This record gives sequence, structure tokens and C-alpha cells, in this order.
Amino acid sequence: MDFVIGADDLAFRRDMRAWIGATLPSEIATRGRRGFHATRSDVESWTRRLNAKGWAAPAWPEAHGGTNWTPLQRYLFQLELRAAAAPVQDQSAMELVGPVIYTFGDEVQKRVHLPRILNADTFWCQGFSEPNAGSDLASLRTRAVLDGDHYVVNGQKTWTSDAQRADMMFALVRTDAEARPQAGISFLLIDMKSPGVRVRPIYSIDEGHSVNEVFFDDVRVPTENIVGEPNKGWSYAKFLLTNERAMSAETAHTRADLLQLKGFAGEKACEPLFCAKLSKLEVDLMALEFAVLRVLHAEGGAQDAVASVLKLRGAELRQRVAELGVEALGNVGLAVNPDPTGHDATDHPAARPPGPDHAVGWLARSMFRRATTIYGGSNEIQRNIIAKAVLSL
Amino acid sequence: MDFTYSDEQQSLQDSVKRFCEREYSFEKRQALLKTEDGFDRANWATFAELGWLGAAVAEDAGGFGGGPIENAIILEQLARGLSVAPFLSSAVIATQAIAQLASGAQREALLTPLIGGERIAALAHGETAQHAFAPDIETKAAASGGGYRLTGRKTFVLGGQAADLFLVSATTGGGGVSLFAVPAEAKGLERVNYHAVDGRRVSDITLKDVEVPADALIGDEGEAQDAIDYALDYGVIGLCAEAVGAMDAALWITRDYLKTRKQFGVSLNTFQALQHRMADMLVETELARSMLYRGIAALSLDNKRARARGVSAAKAQIGEAGFFVGGQAVQLHGGIGVTEEYIVGHYFKRLALVRGLYGSSDQHLTRFAESAEGQNEEELSPI
Repeated sequence: MDFVIGADDLAFRRDMRAWIGATLPSEIATRGRRGFHATRSDVESWTRRLNAKGWAAPAWPEAHGGTNWTPLQRYLFQLELRAAAAPVQDQSAMELVGPVIYTFGDEVQKRVHLPRILNADTFWCQGFSEPNAGSDLASLRTRAVLDGDHYVVNGQKTWTSDAQRADMMFALVRTDAEARPQAGISFLLIDMKSPGVRVRPIYSIDEGHSVNEVFFDDVRVPTENIVGEPNKGWSYAKFLLTNERAMSAETAHTRADLLQLKGFAGEKACEPLFCAKLSKLEVDLMALEFAVLRVLHAEGGAQDAVASVLKLRGAELRQRVAELGVEALGNVGLAVNPDPTGHDATDHPAARPPGPDHAVGWLARSMFRRATTIYGGSNEIQRNIIAKAVLSL
Repeated sequence: MDFTYSDEQQSLQDSVKRFCEREYSFEKRQALLKTEDGFDRANWATFAELGWLGAAVAEDAGGFGGGPIENAIILEQLARGLSVAPFLSSAVIATQAIAQLASGAQREALLTPLIGGERIAALAHGETAQHAFAPDIETKAAASGGGYRLTGRKTFVLGGQAADLFLVSATTGGGGVSLFAVPAEAKGLERVNYHAVDGRRVSDITLKDVEVPADALIGDEGEAQDAIDYALDYGVIGLCAEAVGAMDAALWITRDYLKTRKQFGVSLNTFQALQHRMADMLVETELARSMLYRGIAALSLDNKRARARGVSAAKAQIGEAGFFVGGQAVQLHGGIGVTEEYIVGHYFKRLALVRGLYGSSDQHLTRFAESAEGQNEEELSPI
């Protein structure tokens, strides 16, 4: 065992910080610091700079365009990206469908999709949840019926993050209505520009727009767009969900928020009770960071249940840091500060209230983050998984 | 970074585990607690033979060249066995204080018998109930005929009952804190023994004009504070390891209980409310283990404030997590959980001790926050 960060790793971290500092345009960083969802053009521009260095997807195998960084280096890189407020890349593509394609996809799928993901040429969204199949994914009803060399898709997805900007969706669809719930599902790649696809925005309580309903009306999808074998989609989805949960601890993000918060908290941070909450949060974050590193270092990656531990606590910490930020701002934290770029907001006639620039984004963050304990499998579902998979209860 | 045990560490863990399974049945342990020492001195000799008493001491000082990881491995398993042998107080805290301060002949004279198991030592540092962690030292050592005369009172000296040797902190003329090796039988030293919540033996000692020779001073006069802090930080990480062992044991005992105990015609494990409670206990246990590793990493930092910050973070987090897990384990057992005859309550008592000993969670959170003032974030928290 060796838990100490070596000089090499610290040097790596400093190099990354310097490179990001020199490469990330300041107007993009400013937008990032406000915490709203990044614009597509910001994500494209930033991802392409990373891709030019071969750093767009550090966790991927080298053969598919990843790096051979150690887990610690990958985490340090994440810390620096988030601390610099670089735009969050297309996570659906990089962290979810990308690994599914290079693990289970055919050669054509790999050749076509992976380079486009790395260069942010194609943006993706995840079509899993449905109105009656949220955490209970096995009950999904969107159908795909074989018709010659196409599947004909009918049904509805919901809570689809970034569908409004996505080029492609990876969806779970029912291809065998007779099989038991988990057995008749396939993993299908759907072009969002196909006739019959309709996207309707859902505005969330942060007054932002990142999630959507997506309707499929006789959408024709070529059979070559199925990943792996028909009716085996459930196992690919489980693989992906485990990745999603490991990643969704989001500790680099929480640490960046915490740094920002400490930066403006000023005298508030000296109030004993506030200081206690802040310190407790940081201590809890330290424990979670090391848990993430343990998982990243474990051979074979995250086990279902450990990933659930990370998801559960990570989601709670993201909420706690956002709430502390709002608390630190006092009344200013209660005012709606719309996204100055306007790309994300509802059509409220909301003016920007007077107040410090650092206040922008914190209220929205705290509202949107009520979702962190719901999406990706609610915290209750994570407890069920832990109880069943680890504790055999 | 590497989160897997080396072969040596794995075999150390196996050997402590086997020992505890063999020697520390719950009934045997309960019987031992009623004896005068509270632990088995024959076992102590075995600890020495197996090298555990010097596991974290450098080889050139007669130890086995390990560090906090080896200590943590031993203490985690001893806590599973609910051992009350004075390992933490003598083999960790006192041993580390001496290893830090003493050099040459004095190190040889003091450390060798500790590592060999011929002697047991205890750090006598805390003086009040509230500030046992970072006390103002009122015990005084005045120069007296070529040696020193010690006067003062020390409270809650962990492992004090079995100690042959006390390491007593005292202020000296120059104002700094010094550490003295005082034999338990020294004239003027009075000891009152009692036991802590988890059965461990502790003592209050009073020093009335205790005369010690000049070479009782360990290291240089007035220069002991840093070494004491380091030894206590080492001890705090050891306590954290004990907590992780106790949490893990309590968790799985409770799991097994839920699967066998029937109420309303079904076994308790079928109730989702209880499953979720157990899931939360597992979350806390996993995160406590991660935090233990982080605490171990912090203990080896050269930057004193960074070390203090990391160690205190671990103590604050693990102390609370342990109390939660222990408390829930008792709750999920129902009435049997609060009985002296059943094991789970004893894990809870161990976890209650860990939470409070050597600084409460609040004191450690305060130390955590204060250690950051005016410091560079990266140096404090390399990660």
C-alpha cells in the first residue's frame, strides 16, 4: 500500500494546470464559473483543444484514443479541469456510450462513432428513462419492430438530458415483447434527425433547460445501429450504469465548487456554525475522494455496489455544497440570477438583480442539484442495490 | 498510489486475525476484563515475538521498518477482537514519542524493552477532561540536584494501569514542554486506575516532588511538543483503524442477525426500512476505510499543518461514522443490543471511545479549519 502523492504526480498536476490556464479562453472559463450548463459551442471548442493533445477521453484505452495515465493522474486532471471551470464535455458520449461502443460495438461502429465523440463532432443523449420507467428501467415500453433492414421505433423517452442539442441517442428499446422484462431489450443508436423524432423541452426548477421529453413516431433505424446482440441490451445498460454511478460521485466538481465558495465566503466563513458546516463538508469530501481513488485503482473497475456508495454520497455532497453557497450569499442567494448568456433560461422577464458577479449561478445550482439524488438511479435505488448486492439482505 | 496490501502486509493481517480468532473469543475476553490487568500478559509476549510491538519502528532503532499502515493493520484486527491490551498506548503512542525524541543510547535503552515486550509505557500528557488533546501543560519540572523534580497531575492516561514507565510531559524553566521517562514505582507518583467505556484501563496519576535523574529527560529540554503532537497524531490514526475494524465487525454481525431474527412471521431483512439503514451503515464503513487511508497518507506529510489537517479530518469523519454505525447496529438488534452479554454493544462502546478520545469531533473539525489559515491549498491538501 502507498497512499502518498508523489512528486511526479504533483508535477503532472502543475503541468496540467499550466496547460489548461494557457489554453482555456477566459470568456469560456467565465461562463463555466457560473455553473450553468455549457453551450454546445463552448463544449465543441474545448473538446477539440483537448482532442488535439490526445486528452479528450483520458480513461479510454489507448487503442481507441485514450491516454495511459494512471487513475490518480486522471483524477488530478479532472480536478484541474473543474478548478479552471473548463466546460464539462459531453459526458453521455465520453463516459457512457463511448465505453459501450468500444467494449461491445462492432468494428464499423467503433470506426464511425469513436473519433466523432473524441472531437465533439457528434453530441449524444441517453434514452433510457420513460414516463413509467424511471428507476424501474425494466418496465420500459418504447418498442422497436424489425421491418426488413430497419427497426421501426415507437414510444417516448423522458428526462433526456441534452436531447435538444444531441445528434445521436443511445436508447433502450423493447425488441421482444414476449420475453421477461429484462430479456427483450436492445441497445439502439438513433439519429436524432430521423423523421418522426420530436423533442419537447422540460424546464427544471432552476429555470434552466437541460432535460427533455423525446417522442418516437415510426422512426426508422437501420439494423446496423444495434449495439451487440438484439435482446441483450440490458447487460450493456448495466455496464454503462455502473460507469455512470462511479463517475457520478463528481468529487472534482464538488471540490471546485468548494474552492469557489471559500473564495467568496469571506467573513461568513468565520461564523462558527457556518465554519463547522463548511469543514464537515470538506472532511466528507476528502473521504469520498479517497473512495473514488480506491475504485479507480481497483482492477476491473467499479463493482456495482461500490459504485452505488459513490453515487449516493457524491450526490448528497453536490447538494450540500450548493446549499452552503446559497447560504453564504445571504439574501442575494435567494434572488434569481438568470444565466447572462440566456441560452439556458426560461422566457421569464427576469432582470439580473444587483449583486456580486460571483452570486450568479449558485441558486440555480442548488435548485438543479435536487436532481442529483434522483437521476442515475435515485439514492433509494442505490440503497436497494447495496442491500442486495453487498449485504445479501 | 497503491490500495492493495503487499505480501508482507497481507501476512501480517492474516496473522493478527488468526491470533484474535484463537485468543479473543468473546467469552474469554469478558472473563479477562475482570482480571486485575484486564489483558493477558502471555499474549503480550506473543505480540513481541511476532514483531508487532516494533512493527512501525525503523529498523535502525530495533524495529521492523513498517509505519502507520502496519499499525493500522494490527489495530483494525485487534479492535475486531475487542482487545483491550495496551497496544495503542504503548506500542504506538509511547513508542513513537520516544522514536521521535530520543537518539543514540537513550533510544536503545528506552525502545528496546518496549519492542521486546519486557516493558509497557504510557504517555501521560493530558491534564483536564476537556483538553486532553491539546492541553496547556501545568505539570512542572524544576531542576533539582543534577536532575529534575516533577510536580503535577495527569488525567485519563491510556494504558496507565499496565505501564511500567510513564512518559510525562512537563514545562521546564525555559517555558517549553519537555518529556520525561518516569518509572511507575517512582517515589511520589500515585496512580488511580479505572476503566474506560470499552473496558480499556486508564489511570490518573499525581506527581508530588518526583525526583528523576538528568537522563530521564528524553531529547532536548523544552523541545518535546512536536514529538508529542506527532505521537498523538499517530495514535489518532491508530484509533481510526480501530474504528474501521469495529464498524466492519458490527455491520456484518448485524447483517447476520437481520437474516435470522423473525418478527411478524418474516425475517427482519425483508423490511426495506431496515435494508436502507444497513446500506447507510455500509456507506459509512466504506467511506471511513477510505478516510483511514487518507489519514495515513497525511500522517507522513512533512508539512506539520498539512499533517494536522489530514489527521484531524480523518478523526472527525471516522469518529462520527463509527458512532453512527455502532449506534445503528445496537438499534437494529433491539433489546439484545443493549445487553452486556451480547457482543454488538461492545463494538458500540469501542466506537464511542474512539469518537471522544484524543479530541472530540468538534475539536478536530476546529483544528482542521484552523490549520488551513493562511496556508496554500495545494500544500495542505495535495489531493
